[in-house]
Amino acid sequence: MDAPETVICRLTVNGDRMECAVTPGTTLLEALRYGLGLTGSKQGCDKGDCGACTVLVDGHPVLACISLVLAHEGRGIRTVEGLATKGIPHALQDAFDRTGGAQCGFCTPGVLMSACALLERNDAPTRHEIAEALSGNLCRCTGYTKIFEAVELAASEMRERA
Amino acid sequence: MSEAGNKSSADPKDAMAIPKGRVMPRPDRLSPPVWEGGRTAPPHGEFRTIGKRNRKVEGLAKVTGRAIYADDISLPRMLHAKLLRSIHAHARIIAIDASQALAIPGVHAVITGKDLPTYFGIIPWTEDEQALCEDKARYVGDAIAAVAADTEYLAEEALRRIKVEYQVLPIVHDIDTALAHPEWQVNEKASEGNLSKHVHLEFGPVDDLLGASDVVVEGDYWYEGNTHAPIEPHCCVAEFDATGLLTMWSSTQVAHYLHRDLAKVLGLPTQRVRVIQPVVGGAFGGKSEPFSLEFCAAKLSMLTGRPVKILYTREEVFYAHRGRHPMRMHYRTGITRDGKLTGTDARILIDGGAYSSFGLVTTYYSGQLLTAPYAMPAYRFDSTRVFTNKPCCGPKRGHGSVQPRFAFECQLDKMSEAIGLDPIEVRRRNFIGPDTSTVNGMRVTSNGFLDCLSAAERASAWKDKFRKLPYGRGVGVAGSMYISGTNYCIYPNEMPQSAVQLKLDRSGRATVFSGCSDIGQGVDSVLAYIVCEELGLELRDVRVLAADTDLTPVDLGSYSSRETFMVGNACLDAARHLREKIAETLAHVWGCGKGEVVLADGIACATSDPTRCVMSVKDAFQAAEARHGTLGSVGWYQSPQLGGDYRGGTIGASPAYSFTAHVAEVECDPETGIVHVKKIWVAHDCGRALSPVAVEGQMEGSAYMGFAEAILESGTYKPAAAGHPHGLHHGPNLLDYRLPTSLDTPELEALIIESVDPEGPYGAKEAGEGPLHPSVPAIANAIHDALGIRCDALPFSPPSVLRLLRASDARASWERARAGLQRDAVRA
Repeated sequence: MDAPETVICRLTVNGDRMECAVTPGTTLLEALRYGLGLTGSKQGCDKGDCGACTVLVDGHPVLACISLVLAHEGRGIRTVEGLATKGIPHALQDAFDRTGGAQCGFCTPGVLMSACALLERNDAPTRHEIAEALSGNLCRCTGYTKIFEAVELAASEMRERA
Repeated sequence: MSEAGNKSSADPKDAMAIPKGRVMPRPDRLSPPVWEGGRTAPPHGEFRTIGKRNRKVEGLAKVTGRAIYADDISLPRMLHAKLLRSIHAHARIIAIDASQALAIPGVHAVITGKDLPTYFGIIPWTEDEQALCEDKARYVGDAIAAVAADTEYLAEEALRRIKVEYQVLPIVHDIDTALAHPEWQVNEKASEGNLSKHVHLEFGPVDDLLGASDVVVEGDYWYEGNTHAPIEPHCCVAEFDATGLLTMWSSTQVAHYLHRDLAKVLGLPTQRVRVIQPVVGGAFGGKSEPFSLEFCAAKLSMLTGRPVKILYTREEVFYAHRGRHPMRMHYRTGITRDGKLTGTDARILIDGGAYSSFGLVTTYYSGQLLTAPYAMPAYRFDSTRVFTNKPCCGPKRGHGSVQPRFAFECQLDKMSEAIGLDPIEVRRRNFIGPDTSTVNGMRVTSNGFLDCLSAAERASAWKDKFRKLPYGRGVGVAGSMYISGTNYCIYPNEMPQSAVQLKLDRSGRATVFSGCSDIGQGVDSVLAYIVCEELGLELRDVRVLAADTDLTPVDLGSYSSRETFMVGNACLDAARHLREKIAETLAHVWGCGKGEVVLADGIACATSDPTRCVMSVKDAFQAAEARHGTLGSVGWYQSPQLGGDYRGGTIGASPAYSFTAHVAEVECDPETGIVHVKKIWVAHDCGRALSPVAVEGQMEGSAYMGFAEAILESGTYKPAAAGHPHGLHHGPNLLDYRLPTSLDTPELEALIIESVDPEGPYGAKEAGEGPLHPSVPAIANAIHDALGIRCDALPFSPPSVLRLLRASDARASWERARAGLQRDAVRA
């Protein structure tokens, strides 16, 4: 069988300009994980059902497993690896760690990115607004309670700091 | 009692083989050290780390994306493999032609059942699986061949070119067919027909007591099958190197059992197999036995000389399954007018799917784990597990006992209503108590069930709600118990069930080596907390190196809620041995008594003269290293000999039991049949909460999973239709199989109860599985309070609720229930 044509894709991920070889069918998740070695974003279902692959594209949550990478050249991509600043965890990361928001941790990168997008547009979300923003991210461990607590804690600490 | 089931297939030639027949541990088996003050007390005065809201040791790695899961591993020259799976539920494999697949450039190897003929199985007496089916496929999705190629896409293309000639066989699609057609044998290892296991046990004069009861309630229940659905699919990487060492990275929760089975199936000595468990993305029992992927990746690596990765698709995870068994249950239970249980008689039929898995244990657990927290004067159960042409069921969180617990707690609710008593009061009146024995001979030590009931009653404002809310709204209660580890290893032996090696050195750091398996529940952190508590270290100065069979001592793995209790005890002992050495050294240096030495918050001092006798813990380690040589210690755990004196009497025996009570509140729409679970109050006796954050997380996650089984999830298979054969899963993906989202999940309130178990590490018991059980019956009982209907079959979906509403005069029975309790209140 003929291999599909390989092209070079130029991406901006967490502010870094990166290049990798892809085919027209390569997903954003495949490029991040296997092309660029950014394995923080996870594959849980490979069809857009679970949200573990959620990354931010120009600030909006996107399911990387059902997005073609070539559509993302020139866009600002943010992954869980880009949340911390100079090694200091983001308020959300710190809050998830303190409240037990991450048990197995596999859904966590996607949850964090959805929560990050939420807090960037709403610095004081209600619990229902948090639940709505995270309703595309399945968690099998926590029953979501500790995740809600983590997002609320991070939001209040970010408001205090601002 | 009668027994039947699989033929034994233990191989005495294997170095780690199972001795023939039943080997009971000797009375003079290993016993743990005795510490002054016991093992429940803090080392001095008060706890400094234990019981605090600590971070987890791997927490920051997880939230920053640095934690390495199996699929994050990539090795140079690594190949990708895929499995070819049967399209028929039951078919003989006549021929396999892989020549066209092998002809594709970039395809390196194809293997079939003939390459891996050795049978394996997690229970040594029921080894009835092959990595790839050699003669026959037993369910849609059974693995038949495996291909290793340069890429996953290429491997998939190769699968499409493998030709399999099948001879289709009659399909056993449910329990009734399995029993009616023994000649359509699904699994040839069965001793007869489609019988996987039959257990009949009777304790006390059941029929006499039932006959003398004031009220006898009889009920039929159906528990639908469902699955674990961890967000991480199964994945492994195998590397067979030039020295003949096989290294296996796998998303398993039982590295030790995988180690044994890999050696057996691949024909390798156990000392040439190394199993490493990377960070695991959820398991819930779904990764507690070896799967086809591990054997196939290993074999393909041996054949190609290159590392091989296999990552299951989400669809494959659904077919690999090992989830909750469907159970059809009939209960007859009696009670006296003043609310005392009399006799309980249970008949249970279990749909096991195509293989045994843990099914022998499941069949016992379906009866053995019902005998607390209520005193049962007489109890009989008759449980039969059958083979069917469906994905194999196994241990899902609350293994074997979630289904009977649902039925029994609904029976209790019906009996309470019949005698006009509050169901919480009836549960109180039958409390079995602490320091006692169950009707089937299980030893109960600590027991905080009454406190659980009271906590849930108070927090939910039960007395203001039960039988008092308007039509459509209601509350329900249920209780349960669960094991803190199974008392005996899956393969009988006299070695420890858990072990820890602890290393300290002059750098001031401690390293814990343990075979324990952290699957997100936080056992690695529990070990670190224990070491911090005993040696006065900060959490970040303890490293935990776990689940690597080359580097860590054996622990049996993360199943049966055993880790905190068993490996926690092992770690406590290891830490206390080193603590003793340090205290002895400092007593020598300072000329004080050993008992005066305190290690806390990074400081060592003597209580008699803390201003003069003080140094850093690091300096204390150096002094001890100078006096005693290199500092290391071991600790291990072996449970005491427990269980009933009858065949099967050790199954269900545990060194400690946890207890739980839930109250659920629902709001139901009688027009649509939609049940909204508003809130579940989860009260759980975990002995002592070593880490309250982790315990609450387990309680909330368990209650969530029970809610999901009650209301949303159901793993069923399609009958044959145009375009597809029989036996396809109804929705093998995370959209059609309805995992609750953040919007669906009820509010969950965790109420920790601490009974301080005499044998647990600092008094701890399990928290990971017990709190799932009462969710389902508490919701069923709440629906009855709300609508006057009895939901005896799962899931409580809108169609089933509407059917029940239409089939009966629900409103009248709802009003009768209210009148009944009020009448009793007047009488009292």
